[in-house]
Amino acid sequence: MDTIDIMKPENIVYRKPALLTDNIMHYCPGCSHGTVHKLVAEVIEEMGIQDKTIGISPVGCSVFAYNYIDIDWQEAAHGRAPALATATKRLCPDKYVFTYQGDGDLASIGTAEIIHACSRGENIVVIFINNGIYGMTGGQMAPTTLLGMKTSTTPYGRDAKLNGFPLKITEMLAALDGTAYITRQSVHTAAAARKAKNAIRKGFEYSAKNIGLSFIEIVSTCNSGWKLSPVEANKWMVEHMFEKYPVGDIKDVLK
Amino acid sequence: MAEKILLKGNEAIALSAIRNGVDGYFGYPITPQSEVMETLMKEKPWETTGMVVLQAESELSSINMVYGGASCGKKVMTSSSSPGISLMCEGISYIAGAELPCVIVDVMRGGPGLGTIQPSQSDYSQAVKGGGHGDYHCIVIAPASAQDMYDFVDWGFELAFKYRNPVIVLADGIIGQLMEKVELHPVKPRRTAEEILRDAPWATTGKTSGRERNVITSLSLDANTQENFNRKLLDKYNAIRENEVKYSEYHTDDAEYLFVAFGCSSRICEAATDILREEGIKAGLIRPITLFPFPEKEISRLAGQVRSIMSIELNLGQMVEDVRLAANGQCPVGFYGRQGGNIYTPEEIVEEFKKFNKLS
Repeated sequence: MDTIDIMKPENIVYRKPALLTDNIMHYCPGCSHGTVHKLVAEVIEEMGIQDKTIGISPVGCSVFAYNYIDIDWQEAAHGRAPALATATKRLCPDKYVFTYQGDGDLASIGTAEIIHACSRGENIVVIFINNGIYGMTGGQMAPTTLLGMKTSTTPYGRDAKLNGFPLKITEMLAALDGTAYITRQSVHTAAAARKAKNAIRKGFEYSAKNIGLSFIEIVSTCNSGWKLSPVEANKWMVEHMFEKYPVGDIKDVLK
Repeated sequence: MAEKILLKGNEAIALSAIRNGVDGYFGYPITPQSEVMETLMKEKPWETTGMVVLQAESELSSINMVYGGASCGKKVMTSSSSPGISLMCEGISYIAGAELPCVIVDVMRGGPGLGTIQPSQSDYSQAVKGGGHGDYHCIVIAPASAQDMYDFVDWGFELAFKYRNPVIVLADGIIGQLMEKVELHPVKPRRTAEEILRDAPWATTGKTSGRERNVITSLSLDANTQENFNRKLLDKYNAIRENEVKYSEYHTDDAEYLFVAFGCSSRICEAATDILREEGIKAGLIRPITLFPFPEKEISRLAGQVRSIMSIELNLGQMVEDVRLAANGQCPVGFYGRQGGNIYTPEEIVEEFKKFNKLS
């Protein structure tokens, strides 16, 4: 079989989702963001809701999410994405509205916004990337940084006495009446990515049912911040992050 | 005949929002403007016009709800008072940077800090000079009556959409709380989805196959891109300076002395002008109705005509800096102010006027 034959449409087994733009991603090799972006693009494409979806990007590594998924976007101030999403969904109830936020954005500077969006039961989707570190600013401690974990602002390891404890914000949010679906996933293997995609799709579907907020945490790697190779970072995540942040559904009001 | 009813300034804001087709209001309670949201909640406009009204968890959140709503091309607004506006300044800077239209009502109270809940004009500089970070301007309009409060909501949105820029209605505790007759103009419906697509093609209305994706952002990491954007903003601000200056004059034709005052102070200065005129002293008053753009040319012209100018403000002297710049040394410029919620009487202003002009 020559190249021309291989390129025949009936032989295609995989293609980049049409909604993923051709812009070169600024993410480091091995970063989970690229995979999660692809999953979000696939879900929007498969649901046929490109013209009905509005994304809200955060401050942090994924500030430029709007360069990669071909939908309308709003870029929020640090931590405020759930406030933008709240107004957008209430003013445009026929739209699918999601925020895409990191751990610094959502679990530190934006705690008030996420807690109250959850508490009000806004019919939005929140995708929460938890890699336990501030990537964009160069690897400082995040609220979700594990005890003992070295970052540029915890150079001797996170010490509970000095820096406080890691924040399991996802479990906190599950306790709020306004949340409909709360899950924690990862994308470090093909199987994990498939589950994460199903979770993202469920979140989008739930948001159209007006039953409250759907929250998908993705435990992620930051190999440049963690100073590990992509393969080592995946291994480290499984061995350490999953202990504190176990994957699986936490809440599903329709089950 | 248009209907006239007795309203508090704050209530006038709320009714005007409903009657002028505003799509959304997002706020957080703070004295002396809580009646705005209370009135909206009592009126339940979501059952009539479909207007969204939401009490946010903070002013940080309410201004960012405004950012989200404005991004969708909707007519959205918030209201607050001084300490709450300080919290909103981050969001206002982003709104200015993303070139979004919205109306922000600031019913000023005395500061700094928690200050007092009584009226003040001590946030002139915050509203007019920036407040948040970066080179930007809000359009600032200053009501002096409950009728102005009613009218300035619609005018504010007209300016906001014309220039894709945040507009601050800079009121104070007196204007917010006083009750006056207000003429209600005919109702304007909310804009339809088609009208929004036509008037705000930049908005996040959902990407259709016929156009590129719309991105609302204030971020540009490239120095030249950012500088070009800053210069584009400057062109916009210069166009606003050229086209939108609004002021009113009172006995300025033959004035030998001039008061400059905005908002509630302009009404007190009108009475002071009357007293001086009765005594044979030819006083006049200019009331800047737009604070940005400032009526610089008009004050400059009058500075060449009068013996002196006094800026009368409920603060330690903020607008007076702009008056001095406008007068540019053509005549002496004085200032008299009260603070902390204290309000001058016309007689007190007359006395200070005479002291400054050595007329007593």
